[in-house]
Amino acid sequence: MSVEARERRQPWILLSPALGAVALLLLLPLVFIVVYSFWLRSAVGPDTVGFHLDNWQRALTDPFYRYILLNTLKIAAITTVLCAILGYPAAYFVARSKGNKVILLLLLMLPFWISYIIRTMSWINILGSSGALNTALMTLGIISEPFRMLYNEGAVILGLVHFLLPFMVLNVFVSLDGIDTSFEDAACSLGATRWQAFTQVTLPLSLPGLAAGGLLCFVLAAGSYVTPVVLGGPRDAMFANLVYEAIITQLNWPMGSALSLLLLFVLGGLVALYNRFLGLSQLTRGLG
Amino acid sequence: MDNTKRYERLLERYRNGDLERRSFLGLIGAAGLAYGVQTPFARMAMASDVSQVRFDGWGGVVSEAFRRHAFDPYTEATGIRVVDATFSGADEYLAQVRASSPGEYNIAHLSGAFDYARYHNFGLTSELNLDNIPNMQYVMERLTEVYRTITPDALSAVPYNYGTTGLAYNRSVISDEEIREKGAGILIDPAYEGRIGGWGEWRTRIWYGALQTGQDPNNIEDMEAVWDAIRAHRDLALNYWSSGAELMSLLAEGEIVVTEGWSGRIAALQEQGHDIGYYDPPNGYGWEECLFVIAGSPIEACEELLNFMLAPETSIAVAEGQNYPPALDPTRVDLGEKVPTLPAFDPTGTLEGLTFAVPEYWNTNEAEWSEQFSRVQRGF
Repeated sequence: MSVEARERRQPWILLSPALGAVALLLLLPLVFIVVYSFWLRSAVGPDTVGFHLDNWQRALTDPFYRYILLNTLKIAAITTVLCAILGYPAAYFVARSKGNKVILLLLLMLPFWISYIIRTMSWINILGSSGALNTALMTLGIISEPFRMLYNEGAVILGLVHFLLPFMVLNVFVSLDGIDTSFEDAACSLGATRWQAFTQVTLPLSLPGLAAGGLLCFVLAAGSYVTPVVLGGPRDAMFANLVYEAIITQLNWPMGSALSLLLLFVLGGLVALYNRFLGLSQLTRGLG
Repeated sequence: MDNTKRYERLLERYRNGDLERRSFLGLIGAAGLAYGVQTPFARMAMASDVSQVRFDGWGGVVSEAFRRHAFDPYTEATGIRVVDATFSGADEYLAQVRASSPGEYNIAHLSGAFDYARYHNFGLTSELNLDNIPNMQYVMERLTEVYRTITPDALSAVPYNYGTTGLAYNRSVISDEEIREKGAGILIDPAYEGRIGGWGEWRTRIWYGALQTGQDPNNIEDMEAVWDAIRAHRDLALNYWSSGAELMSLLAEGEIVVTEGWSGRIAALQEQGHDIGYYDPPNGYGWEECLFVIAGSPIEACEELLNFMLAPETSIAVAEGQNYPPALDPTRVDLGEKVPTLPAFDPTGTLEGLTFAVPEYWNTNEAEWSEQFSRVQRGF
């Protein structure tokens, strides 16, 4: 075998474990889900095998699924905007701090050491009728009866922001950290105020990081399942909850497959749009 | 005969001189070869060796009671380890079992009527030899009747306990007189808006919807009225709980003042000193649970464990731990002092006072009702 041929094969040999894992654990199950989505659920017993478009027709035309999908996208969008508003100043502070960046970044990573479910459930002890906040407000005489803060859409968004904020901060931080601070100084020396220097120099340069953080937050929020279950009320469901119910509660695996693929296509379309206009390279920078 | 003892039996025969050394080694070698030629998948399919049996249950105080009073003594007596796992819901568990290899899951603590029928429909029933479970003689006949209508030739489960899903209420807010007067209707009483709870499970919601509209839950004639009652409850409820632990937490912390609840969990709350009342309204929701042996399991080892668990001393200890009356007939077995005081306990052994769901009726409507409930829950 020639040296060229060996060199051509070498990357594939090195990549083969990863490619094998992706094929086995991602692509193959996805193929199963695609096949399942064309089957039909029988009233009792095993599903009806075949090529039926019924599930897809219902998933695309039923106003119930459309409503939950749009509501999911709305909650994800609000969460993303809040993460951006809260995350950008934090990331700016970390990026511009001198000497203690490592400690600040470590603090940012601390929440990941605790289970996501535990972090989400902790809000029950804070916002519940007998939680810390209500107890404090009643002790201070500000309110006489517990204020209802849990089990609504606001609590779901709060839980999602709590979960996703570090993703936004890290992405924006990576972007801001790469911007030379002398750019702002140069703008100021040319007569700009600090605010103008920020809005006209730093902010535009950090937008790719903000967009990458936004995409991550949006996709993760839109696919969220646990937060609405723990912090939402009876009505507060997101699309992933419907997938769960179809597959687990209703044992309707074909419909659940169609719904999960629908969510995958919608979110995949958003990622494709992002890649078209901004490129996914910024995203990998943020994750790196 | 217990397969796990095969090696010991051969060894004993060899040591007693009943078996030649050559034959003994040959048989051990053959067993080794048979083991060796199995693929990893085949081993999984056979639920590995019968040195262990997997049990899946509800967790919490129920699981603790099983572990302490049944599994540990069983392991000590037989050498067979019980792998004790927990599921959060029967639906989720069925999905896992459907996706598993035969033998991966062995015994589960399931709903005696609904799940028995559902597992049968998916071809997941096994055939128990009741001669190997002599303690079945103590079990109330009424509890096995429903299984025999589904699998007339052989049982795939033994009844283990029963209970009710009645009304649980905070007695500092709601009096015993008020709960008796309003019955199931208290769950749609606007006076308690934001302080009402409920299990987010379609069967329970529909059952209580039927009671709230004055209908027979096993023969609902006006389904639209039931959906309206469910909508009313949804709008007044703080939240739907999804587990026994969440139910207990919501009641104990005063987040909700009334909900329907599982009798054993409410008894546990009362034991902890919480002033929570429990009331079974007329036509309240009675249910039974069974120990179901899933197809592909090592039947002999499972039968041995079931017999051990049905032994009166074990059954009573578990019942006292989990606060649900055992399936044992109180006219044939002395159930001690605590069991007769448990909610839902029937001293006659006939269970005539409880209303059970008719599985054929509910399972026939499952596809339609479970999906419709999902929509109603979300405001449709």
